[in-house]
Amino acid sequence: MSTVRTRVTTITGHRLFWPLVVLLVLLAANTVHRPSFLSVELKNGHLYGSLIDIVRLSAPLILVALGMSLVIATGGIDLSVGSVVAVSGAVACLYISEQPDQDSLGGVLTALALAFGIALLLGAWNGVLVAVIGIQPIIATLILMVAGRGLAQLITSGQIITVNSGPYRTIGVGHLLTLPFAIVVALAVTLVVAVLTRRTALGMIIEAVGGNAEASRLAGVRSRRITFLVYVVSAACAAVAGFMMTANVSSADGNAAGLWVELDAILAVVIGGTSLAGGRFFLSGTIVGALIIQTLTTSVYAMDIDPQTALLFKAVVVIAVCLIQAPAFRARLRRRRPSTVAPAPAAEKQKEQVPA
Amino acid sequence: MVHIRTTITRRGLGALLAAGLLATGLSGCGNSDTGGDAGGTDKIVLGFSQVGAESGWRTANTNSIKEAAGAAGIELKFDDAQQKQENQIKAIRNFIQQKVDVIAFSPVVESGWDTVLKEARDAKIPVILTDRSVDSADKTLYQTFIGSDFVKEGRLSGEWLVEQTRSATGPVNIVELQGTTGSAPANDRRKGFAEAIAANPNLKVVASQSGDFTRAGGKQVMEQFLKANPKIDVLFAHNDDMGLGALEAITAAGKVPGKDITIITIDAVKDGMQALADGKFNFIAECSPLLGPQLMDLVKKVHAGESVPTRVETEETTFTVEQAKAALPTRKY
Amino acid sequence: MSQRHPVLTMTAISKLFPGVRALDGVDFRLFPGEVHALMGENGAGKSTLIKVLTGVYDTDAGTVTLDGAQVSFAGPMQATAAGVSTVYQEVNLCPNLSVAENIFIGREPRRLGVVDWRETRRRAQALLARLDLHIDVTELLGSYSLAVQQMVAIARAVDVRARVLILDEPTSSLDADEVAQLLRVMRQLRDEGIAILFVTHFLDQVYAIADRITVLRNGRLVGEYLTADLPQIALVEKMIGKELDALERLDSEAGRDPAAVAAGKALVEADGLGRAGSVAPFSLTIHQGEVVGLAGLLGSGRTEVARLLFGADRADRGRLTVAGRPAAVRTPVAAIERDIAFCSENRRTEGLVGELTVRENIILAMQAARGWLRPVPRRRQDELVQRWIEALSIRPADPDMPVRNLSGGNQQKVLLARWLITEPRLLILDEPTRGIDIGAKTEIQRLVAELSDGGMAVLFISAELEEVLRLSHTVAVMRDRQMVAQLANDDSLDADRVMRAIASGAQQEGLEKA
Repeated sequence: MSTVRTRVTTITGHRLFWPLVVLLVLLAANTVHRPSFLSVELKNGHLYGSLIDIVRLSAPLILVALGMSLVIATGGIDLSVGSVVAVSGAVACLYISEQPDQDSLGGVLTALALAFGIALLLGAWNGVLVAVIGIQPIIATLILMVAGRGLAQLITSGQIITVNSGPYRTIGVGHLLTLPFAIVVALAVTLVVAVLTRRTALGMIIEAVGGNAEASRLAGVRSRRITFLVYVVSAACAAVAGFMMTANVSSADGNAAGLWVELDAILAVVIGGTSLAGGRFFLSGTIVGALIIQTLTTSVYAMDIDPQTALLFKAVVVIAVCLIQAPAFRARLRRRRPSTVAPAPAAEKQKEQVPA
Repeated sequence: MVHIRTTITRRGLGALLAAGLLATGLSGCGNSDTGGDAGGTDKIVLGFSQVGAESGWRTANTNSIKEAAGAAGIELKFDDAQQKQENQIKAIRNFIQQKVDVIAFSPVVESGWDTVLKEARDAKIPVILTDRSVDSADKTLYQTFIGSDFVKEGRLSGEWLVEQTRSATGPVNIVELQGTTGSAPANDRRKGFAEAIAANPNLKVVASQSGDFTRAGGKQVMEQFLKANPKIDVLFAHNDDMGLGALEAITAAGKVPGKDITIITIDAVKDGMQALADGKFNFIAECSPLLGPQLMDLVKKVHAGESVPTRVETEETTFTVEQAKAALPTRKY
Repeated sequence: MSQRHPVLTMTAISKLFPGVRALDGVDFRLFPGEVHALMGENGAGKSTLIKVLTGVYDTDAGTVTLDGAQVSFAGPMQATAAGVSTVYQEVNLCPNLSVAENIFIGREPRRLGVVDWRETRRRAQALLARLDLHIDVTELLGSYSLAVQQMVAIARAVDVRARVLILDEPTSSLDADEVAQLLRVMRQLRDEGIAILFVTHFLDQVYAIADRITVLRNGRLVGEYLTADLPQIALVEKMIGKELDALERLDSEAGRDPAAVAAGKALVEADGLGRAGSVAPFSLTIHQGEVVGLAGLLGSGRTEVARLLFGADRADRGRLTVAGRPAAVRTPVAAIERDIAFCSENRRTEGLVGELTVRENIILAMQAARGWLRPVPRRRQDELVQRWIEALSIRPADPDMPVRNLSGGNQQKVLLARWLITEPRLLILDEPTRGIDIGAKTEIQRLVAELSDGGMAVLFISAELEEVLRLSHTVAVMRDRQMVAQLANDDSLDADRVMRAIASGAQQEGLEKA
């Protein structure tokens, strides 16, 4: 076997290879449609272009999906993130809208702290249901998925709360060092989660719990604490995403904010190569997954694909990515291809054989 | 090992039941205060199934119906379907069982109502559709449909634009933010608008995408429109919220909404009217949620056996910048 | 052996895994009406060969011929359909379905398109009766012992009109009676003309039933022999490829001196410890440097005793004292804090995390004890992992390989390494040598002896009496979930006496502990 071939197999065998290929194909298709798609220009000291849009609009999904990665790694799932997005956004916007001076930084920070605190409580609620009471995660978080959306509507009284706050707007549409602020926040949170899981032993412990809960318990892992923790982290990520989404449009829509984001997040995690059964998780894969999902949406708008067929288009791409990511499907593809490995030289070996 | 597994399953089942109860409790809270036999009093009993509480518009609609029912002395059994057709069908079946006098509902989707409407007809309970229609071929399944005429709203928007661009010599590029794909308001507003602008061949829709009726959706779509189309003259948004979202995208792209790009929307909710009064929007076709009083009149008439027109339009109007400034202080929603 | 042509031939099979050549040009053949034992140490390639045969893996080179026609199964389902059925070491059935459902899952007898449950039950009952198993087939499979589950798996495999039956370590969880029953069934099936591929670690079973033996070592074929031509000692030599002096030397160290350790300090004292429905109250003292062997039949409560001492289950009566201080050991964490370690019998479900690497599995307990905020520094990990990979000769010696890719014996060593780096004072080993090859077994036995010489207390659970007798200072005997005897392992103790204790329970043997 030549080293070139080994290297090629190593690259194509990498779990991020196919998702990245899909991402590049999507970007290439857009570029063919409109050559300026990839161009990024500096406008008023801000980076401006479709690529920047994609990353900026992915930011909330990336945040939610990072939290979801950890939950899924423990073998759980968090369906309530969309509701937490709505609640945190609603609380923050309601508090700000009631301030005499909406532009006051102190007021905005208080609002963020308040909403973040409430989100942590919601995460703790999920954590208690799953880790202490022992309800299956899908059921436990379904409760908050339904109730949380109602709570958000209760907070907003069924209205869209519009805020007019410079500092709050910044979270969604501001810029820092030419980059959209949302991207900076997403990078920062990614860094925090990465350090939290990979520079400490948290990541490995989570993977141990998700890989084999009973074995982990017998190895002395306090798996309840870990499980509790990931739901809190997930809610915290969702809260920040909620700030971003509501700040993006300077309004909190209890009904629409974060609607179905849990499904997109789960999809991003799966595209990234993390198994829904729990165990190993891949933050980089999750981020690529989130980027693919957002690129898909942006492509529909940028290429002006008819909305009626857009859903089908998205479904086809998603199915393709998921199939390519599925080990069973890949194995089948490989089997179809003729084997190139030469048969091992067997003749010269000394063998004893007894006649029948 | 084995009993551990069974315990978990049982716990899971219990939780499922609990979640189910919770959900029923939530959806049932609208009508839990009534109960009892509906035929007990002389009051007319109206069963109403609302789509949900997805927007300020919807909330105003709900409040209008509740207030009007109280004012008209009609007993209202209110159900919130939370955007799900199955909830709505369930609610209508409940109304039939409780033998209410009249059923009214805003259908979540257009199709799939024939069976349950036939059940209502068999039970001799008249049905009124509000706000949104159904696509049943059999028009006798319901007495009347009261609501905004979405086609007309789109047409009024288009006619205003035709009027404004009468003097234009070059092509006028329009981008359209559609509502949720497949929904009746999106389909009809699109249709009405297209019919109206056909009068001027210079008017051309260069891009049309769904913004899901939300601000975030409107903004996201508009961002791409602005990048893909160097010259956009007009934005037509199927509701105020998408228009408001698009405002942000237009500003971020360094353009002045209302001047560089003419903005036409539909609904006239408070934030939209404010934008119009501020000159950021140029025109809004109203889609009034305040159909409560008209609905109650119809309920009384069908209950009394009087004939009613099969289509009743909500009383509504259009607003320009000047009209918006005048109307804003007295708006109810 | 009456027929000349093999029903199955595998020629020059090679299988590569990343970094490992699991099979290297291996030939294998199987004759109808024969039991053919496939022998080799762990990691020799037995499981891989079976998985290649049944289509779980595809080959990198070589051919498989069934009845003269070349075949390549896409998976076990296809193999089964072609008459090649497999019963795995760890039962691969659904414990949450009934016995009958398990036997007929996927091919239920139907009448008018719907499953005919009565017929399903009747046929399941009849099938099991043929294997001399009389149980309620409507009960959940999970409610029966592993042994019964194993027989059900065989019943299912046999019922699909198998011409080739592969039994991969079917006896490792069975007790003597059940083994005898299984061997009888195997003979019956063989006489019906079925070709049986038998993988086991028990040499006496091989000599009791196998007609032919193929030996693999390190992924290569050593040779194929008629059982009659291959003395037991020669077989072992071919399997491990070295002389047996190590094994024999350990054998010669007959017995250990119970008096010496009993004089030492008591480390763990259980006083009337018990748990309703699990194990009756027992009292047991384990001294520093003492090996206490726990003997008894499968299901006699051996594992339950270990779980109570480790806090894996909560005791509902009795007291536990560790190093002279009362200890409420309600969770594994509490036990680990008191330097108690537990290698579970069930490596796959209760021991290792399959998809984590060897390194991660080894440091897991140490890391858990430190808490996630204080990761074991990478250099220290490397040091510890490297040292124990060498000390226990874990193969392949790759700390970054997922542990599920390792053979059973090497997995056991990884589990041992996990606990040894925590430097426990009491090490509980539940069947540490089950299902692993002779080489690894000897190493583990020697290790236990060394650890106890170094002052570590060991609770050693094993179904193999010889092993228990060889290693223990004291032998505690379990029967029907009661601790019925504690015997000092002096010169007078032999397998017979322990057997009698197991068989007859608490008679005069009960109070003999020195």
